[in-house]
Amino acid sequence: MNEVPLSHFLILSTALFFIGVFGFLSRRNLVTILMSLELILNSVNINFIAFNQYLWPGKMDGLFFTLFIIAIAAAEAAVAIAIILHLYRHYRSIDAEDVDTLRF
Amino acid sequence: MSISAMFFYALSAAVLVSAVLSVTSRNIFRSAIFLLFSLISIAGIYFWMNYEFIAAVQTIVYVGGIVVLIIFSIFLTQQAGVSLPAPMKGRMIYAALASIAGFVLVVMQLLAHPFKVDNSVVASRGIKDIGHGLLETGANGYVLPFELVSILLLAAMIGCIVIALKPNSTTA
Repeated sequence: MNEVPLSHFLILSTALFFIGVFGFLSRRNLVTILMSLELILNSVNINFIAFNQYLWPGKMDGLFFTLFIIAIAAAEAAVAIAIILHLYRHYRSIDAEDVDTLRF
Repeated sequence: MSISAMFFYALSAAVLVSAVLSVTSRNIFRSAIFLLFSLISIAGIYFWMNYEFIAAVQTIVYVGGIVVLIIFSIFLTQQAGVSLPAPMKGRMIYAALASIAGFVLVVMQLLAHPFKVDNSVVASRGIKDIGHGLLETGANGYVLPFELVSILLLAAMIGCIVIALKPNSTTA
């Protein structure tokens, strides 16, 4: 446990976060954008757990934050998929470029 | 390097490689499966750090719930065997530049920051302690966010039903 420094966890979560950001910016399909969002949320969870383990091993706050983030991510994914299905019914497409009714 | 540290680096490599494949694959179903591998490897990292409860929650909620939901929505909205349209070249380049620049910036910051690592004895983090912490009303208790999350999940469930309902369906 102690032979891996904290910075390696942080580099892992940073890399995962920016992989998610890359997917979020470059993808056009709404479902793949949602998948990138899940990667971003998971990188934050790794950060919370690593900080809890290394900086405050006597407390459990990072653990609880991770639990709540997972619960909120589940709610967010469910709502996002409901919106995607509704969009698909209207536009017959889930490409972000095709859904531009509100664009001026 | 000990065997334990090697496990950590192997799991990290699995997380990052499958995440990269997940955001770059042109086949959306493969992309979802790579996301699944990435999430399972993250659960492995939690197991490696002795956070068994978080690892179990990660496996149940993400792997058993969210990825299955994503695969369902792929089946409902995507024609079989059609690969995604190519991303725009310019947007791809700018996204890669922004991500790499952000990564370098953040890594430089966190390598320069002196974290005060606490090597004291690790407190017990059994299921019992987690349950007591979640429902405690005192200074270190999390009962208020716990209840708020339960209301949020109820609201999300009702919202999903309302949004995904067919607009002209007569059976409510």
